[in-house]
Amino acid sequence: MLQPARSDTLERPAPAAAAVASNGRDAAPAVLDVHDVTVAYHRKPVLWNVDLTIPEPRLVGIVGPNGAGKSTLIKAILGLVPMAGGRIRVYGKPFEKQRRLVGYVPQRESVDWDFPVSAFDAVLMGTYGELGWLRRPGRRQRQRAMECLEKVGISHLANRQIGQLSGGQQQRVFLARALAQQAQIYFMDEPMAGVDAATERVIFELLRELHTQGKTVLVVHHDLRTVPGYFDDVVLLNMRLVASGPVETTFTPENLRKTYGGRLSILEAAGEALQTRERSQ
Amino acid sequence: MAFTYNTWIVLAGVSLLGACSGLVGSFAVLRRRALIGDALAHAALPGLCLAFLVVGERNLPAMLAGGFLTGLAGVAVIAALRHGTRIKEDAAIGVVLSVFYGAGVVLSVSIQNSVTEGSKAGLESYILGRTAGIVRQDVLLIAGVAAVCLVLVLAMYKEFKLVAFDSGFAGVQGWPAFRLDLLLMAMIALTVIIGLPMVGVVLTAALLIIPAAAARFWTERLEWLLFLSAVFGLAIGAVGTIPSALLRNMPGGPPIVLAGTALFVVSLLFAPRRGLVARSIAARRFRRRIADQTALMTIYELGRGAQGGDDAVTTNAFLSRRAWDERSLRVVMDRLERRGLAERPSTDSVRLTSAGLERGAQLVRSYRLWELFLVEHAETAGNYADLDLDTIDEKLPRELVRELEGRLLEETG
Repeated sequence: MLQPARSDTLERPAPAAAAVASNGRDAAPAVLDVHDVTVAYHRKPVLWNVDLTIPEPRLVGIVGPNGAGKSTLIKAILGLVPMAGGRIRVYGKPFEKQRRLVGYVPQRESVDWDFPVSAFDAVLMGTYGELGWLRRPGRRQRQRAMECLEKVGISHLANRQIGQLSGGQQQRVFLARALAQQAQIYFMDEPMAGVDAATERVIFELLRELHTQGKTVLVVHHDLRTVPGYFDDVVLLNMRLVASGPVETTFTPENLRKTYGGRLSILEAAGEALQTRERSQ
Repeated sequence: MAFTYNTWIVLAGVSLLGACSGLVGSFAVLRRRALIGDALAHAALPGLCLAFLVVGERNLPAMLAGGFLTGLAGVAVIAALRHGTRIKEDAAIGVVLSVFYGAGVVLSVSIQNSVTEGSKAGLESYILGRTAGIVRQDVLLIAGVAAVCLVLVLAMYKEFKLVAFDSGFAGVQGWPAFRLDLLLMAMIALTVIIGLPMVGVVLTAALLIIPAAAARFWTERLEWLLFLSAVFGLAIGAVGTIPSALLRNMPGGPPIVLAGTALFVVSLLFAPRRGLVARSIAARRFRRRIADQTALMTIYELGRGAQGGDDAVTTNAFLSRRAWDERSLRVVMDRLERRGLAERPSTDSVRLTSAGLERGAQLVRSYRLWELFLVEHAETAGNYADLDLDTIDEKLPRELVRELEGRLLEETG
């Protein structure tokens, strides 16, 4: 029934990626340009004048204390929460024009898992964006949905109702659905929160693979210890952008102190993680 | 009951209404909007009365339009309370529903008392519904609404499914999630309103909720849920009209709700897999299977260790090994004896037959292999491990089972 997953079936030459190749790096627009973004709930600011530029495809971890606005930043970029001010550019154009280049993994708690769909159905939804109004998914979309389920290692559960999956398996369904979007830039909201070790590993390997395919992934992440191991860049956020850039230069005790305040345990954990990374290199 | 032309009209009208309610009600239930439908129906009552006052006679389209307007006003107030204040949605619904309904009852009674005898509106029939008065035009109206809902759901199945499941994701893909949601709500509101004369403001929500809630027991697929829910609604409508046709002064709503309740209870109890009976049978069967396997393994291991080649095991030895009482051992032994796997050479000892020995050996092997697998492949084990010991050869790749067997041999020497 299934053909073995070929890597090229999951890839799609994106116009923006082609632009990078032909124009050279300097001329190409940044993958993501967030300028002066402010979000407020009832006049209380959640994000305040956030500026963030990701010039080229990278794996980016977004970290910060609870309530720092990490999820809100992603949602503001994706147009899911209204901005009080600011501007978003994805490959040089407003997000609304670049939706097809964007993949999204929401927080697991954001949906009702008792909803009567199978894992396969849920993943197939990733292809709806390219179909447009009234068109039903066809053989190509179904095949891709199955390949994406295989990629996250749960193709044997394709026909399960999503509520009968474990937490980690549900998270993989969301990942597979995002893969089915065939995006250039992925936004993932805490994909590793509360998942088993096997799933975390699958996600990590997926991040690496997406990176080698020239994709950009922004991940809201909660575990400081794994930041240096998982990401190239880090964004430190606490309502305002504290710092962003390569992990080596940005993920410093000084910046972490600015982000988290003086909580020692966090600083120690991060320091350990950095040392581990240095030793392994 | 004579099946006159009128009876057929009533039957057709209420059944179609039921089917339509079942279809759009599925989305209301999945979106957790079921109670909004209830509030909308209650909030329609003052509008029906006001429209009667304005028009001055019993004019169904005008009254339904009036009901629709105040119904929507009620929903708007709920939304405003939820967003603008700290009142939670359930409290907001409760407040709006009762205030509008109270106002509606006061209005309808004052109208009854003041208007001249001939044009009395029979407004009280809108509270619990009346099926007897249905005429051909009503059926055509219902059929029209049902057809529109059916066509919309069939054409935009993909869009509605996506928005109902994950509206945020739909928004990122560029679907107008809010407007699609509004369209769903509009279909729900329309269905509620056209049903008011027959089912009444108090019980209309039941026709919206019960078919979908009952259908959910029978299926795990949205397309089947929609289909079954529409069929259930149709059946509830058809069966529920019979008492109103037979009994004088029987309002329309209550018998329909009772018919729905019967269907719901049957689904709750007897649906395969999700039904209570099926679930308790499955749980019982599973417990028994585990108990039988545990007993076979325990007797096998104790018997193999006994002196003098006698593989009988005393019940005391068994009970001190397992935290069982005598009675549960007796029950399990009865079953194993019937299956020819074990026997009782004396009142206080048990022994495996040759078939039992073979089975015990298999189980012990599976158990050891699973144990080893859980230790050696801890990171992936959670995805595969299964309490059912027979399945290791089905669940794990053959090479892996071989490898585990090799390790097992090494360990035991």
